[in-house]
Amino acid sequence: MIEATGLTKRYGAKTAVHDLSFQVRPGTVTGFLGPNGSGKSTTMRMIVGLDEPTSGHVTIGGLPYRRVPNAPRQVGALLDAKAVHGGRSARNHLLCLAQLSGIPARRVDEVLGVVGLQDVARHRSKGFSLGMGQRLGIAAALLGDPQVLLFDEPVNGLDPEGILWVRTLMKSLAAEGRTVFVSSHLMSEMALTAEHLIVIGRGRLMADMSVREFIAANAAGFARVRVPDTEPGSREKLAAALAEEGGQVLPEPDGALRVAGLPLPRISDVAHTAGVRLWELSPHQASLEEAYMRLTQGAVDYRSTDDRRAGLHEEGAQGPEPFPVPQPGADQPGWYAPPPPRQERPAAPDLSKSDTEDPR
Amino acid sequence: MTTPTQQPEQPGALPGAMYTSPIPVRPTHLGHALASEWTKIRSVRSTVWTLCVFVALVVGIGLLVGWKTSGETYTDVPYTIPALFGLMLGQICLITLGVLVVTSEYGTGMIRTTFTAAPQRHRVLAAKFLVFFALAYTVSAVSITVVGLATAAINEIPSGPGENWGTSVLLGSLYVSLLGVLGLAVGSMLRHSAGAITAMLGVVLVPAIMPAFLMISPALRGIGETMLEYNAPNSLSALFGTAMYDGQAGGVPQLLALLGITLVAVAGAFALLEKRDV
Repeated sequence: MIEATGLTKRYGAKTAVHDLSFQVRPGTVTGFLGPNGSGKSTTMRMIVGLDEPTSGHVTIGGLPYRRVPNAPRQVGALLDAKAVHGGRSARNHLLCLAQLSGIPARRVDEVLGVVGLQDVARHRSKGFSLGMGQRLGIAAALLGDPQVLLFDEPVNGLDPEGILWVRTLMKSLAAEGRTVFVSSHLMSEMALTAEHLIVIGRGRLMADMSVREFIAANAAGFARVRVPDTEPGSREKLAAALAEEGGQVLPEPDGALRVAGLPLPRISDVAHTAGVRLWELSPHQASLEEAYMRLTQGAVDYRSTDDRRAGLHEEGAQGPEPFPVPQPGADQPGWYAPPPPRQERPAAPDLSKSDTEDPR
Repeated sequence: MTTPTQQPEQPGALPGAMYTSPIPVRPTHLGHALASEWTKIRSVRSTVWTLCVFVALVVGIGLLVGWKTSGETYTDVPYTIPALFGLMLGQICLITLGVLVVTSEYGTGMIRTTFTAAPQRHRVLAAKFLVFFALAYTVSAVSITVVGLATAAINEIPSGPGENWGTSVLLGSLYVSLLGVLGLAVGSMLRHSAGAITAMLGVVLVPAIMPAFLMISPALRGIGETMLEYNAPNSLSALFGTAMYDGQAGGVPQLLALLGITLVAVAGAFALLEKRDV
C-alpha cells in the first residue's frame, strides 16, 4: 500500500507536483498516467525517498521509504533503466545491488533468467539496447521479491514480445497480492494492463478511479451522421437543428458530422422533423486514449505543432501558400467529443509557460 | 479534487491482500554496503587501469631510480626514496580514482539505483570511504615496499638511518591515500567528475606553484613559506626523509594538516548527502 498525502514538490518557481493525495492498493495493477513533464517521475522519486517533498508526505506500508527496514526486500523500483554504470556487467550490477540487502548471488542469476538476460550476464551494460536495459532494470526491481513494485515507463524500448511479457508480469505480480504501480503515457498499454488509474496533469491529481469508470466519465460516445452529398445545404440544416436540440456538432473531414450529447434515436427524430435524409448514423465508443486526451488536453506542457518549414524559405520569395488541411484535434478544443459530463475538472492552472524546462 | 477514491474491483484477490516473501527479510548493516562497494570498485575497468598505472609509475620509476643509485645515497635517507618520484605522479591516479568512485555514480545515474536499493545514504558513503581507503592504502604500501626491497637488493646498502624505512612506507601510503579520500569527499560534494578532479588538482598543484609568486612581496612571504612547507609534493618528500623546501625530515605536521582537511571534507560530504535530492 502506497499512500501519498498532500505531496508537493517545487523546484524554484516551478511546481512539479502540487498537493497530490492518492492511495495505491495491493492486488491490482495501478496505472499512473500523465503527459510528459506532468510530475510522474518526480512523484515516483519522492515515493522512494530520492527527492524530499517540499510539503506533504508519502508512505509505503505506513513508513516513509527511507525508514522501511531493508527497503529493497519490501519495495522494488525501476525508475530509470539508464541509471546504471555502463562499464559494469549486468551480473555485477545486480550483484552489487543484491549485496546491499543481503540477497545471495544465486538470486541474481535467477532474476537474470527471469528477464532473459542470462546470455549477456557478463557483458557490459554499455552495449545493451534500450529494451535490454529495461529488462535489466526490471531484474533489479524483482531482485528482493518485494511486495511493492514501482515501474516508471517499463515498456519503453521493448519489442512486442517484451511488451506482452511485461504486461503478463505486472498482472501476475498483482495477482499474487503485491502492490504494482506503473507509470506510462501509453494509453493503449494501460488499458490492457491496469485496473485502476491515477491520472495527473501539471502535477495535480485529475482522476483516481477504475479504468472502466474513467472511460465512462471522460469520454462519452458520439454518433457519426452523414447526409446525402446530393443535397447541398442539408448538412447545415441538420447541424442547426441538432444544435438547437442541445447536441454538440462538429464537422468531420469527410463531410460527415460528429454529434455528441444526443442519443441515436433522438438524432434520427430530429433529422426526420427537419426533413433531412440520413446516409449514415453510427455509434462510436470512446477509447481510453480518447478519454485520456480529453482529460489532459489543458494540462499538456509540450505540444507539438506543424512543421511549416518556413525557416527554409528564402526571404522575400513567397512560396505557395500551404493548403490548410484541417488537423483533427489540433485546433478544435472540442474535438474529443462532448464536454465533460461532470464539469468538475479543475481548470488546469496556467503555470509559467516560459519555464517549460524539465525540473531535473 | 472531489473525485471520490473508490475501491477497485479485485476479482480473485482479497481486498487488502498482501504478499509476503517466503524468504525472511533481515535487517541490513554496514557489512552489506562494504561488500557491495567492493563489488562495484572491482567490477569497473577504469579502477583496474587507474591502479595499474599507479603501480607502474611507483614501481617502474622506483626501480629505475634504485638501479641508477649507489649505496652511499642511502646513508641519510630510507631506501624507499626511489618510490617518492613515482608517487609524485602516482598520487594523481589515486585522486582520480577517489573522485571517480563517487562521481561515476552521479554521472551515470547509478546513484539513484544505489540510493533506492540502500536508502541509508550515509552507510553507502561510509562504505565507499572505507573500501577506497583500504584499497588505496594496500596498493600504495605494497608498491612502496616492493621498491624498498628492490633498492636494498640492488644497492649495497650500508647499515644506517636508511634501514628505518618502515615509517616511510606507512606514512607515505597514508598521505597519498588521504589525498584520494579527500578526492572522494570533494567528488561527493561536487557530484561531477571533471569538476572534482580539477578542484583536486588545484589543491595539489596551486600550493606548489604559487609560492614562487608570493615570495616576491614581503607582505605575502609568510603565506608563501607555509605553502612551500605544506604543499603535497613537499609533504610527501618530508615523509620520505628529505623535504624539498627546507630539507627537514619528518612531515608529521603536514600529514596531520592533510588529515584535518580531509576530515572536514568528509564531514561536509556526509552533511550534504542527507540534505540533497538525487
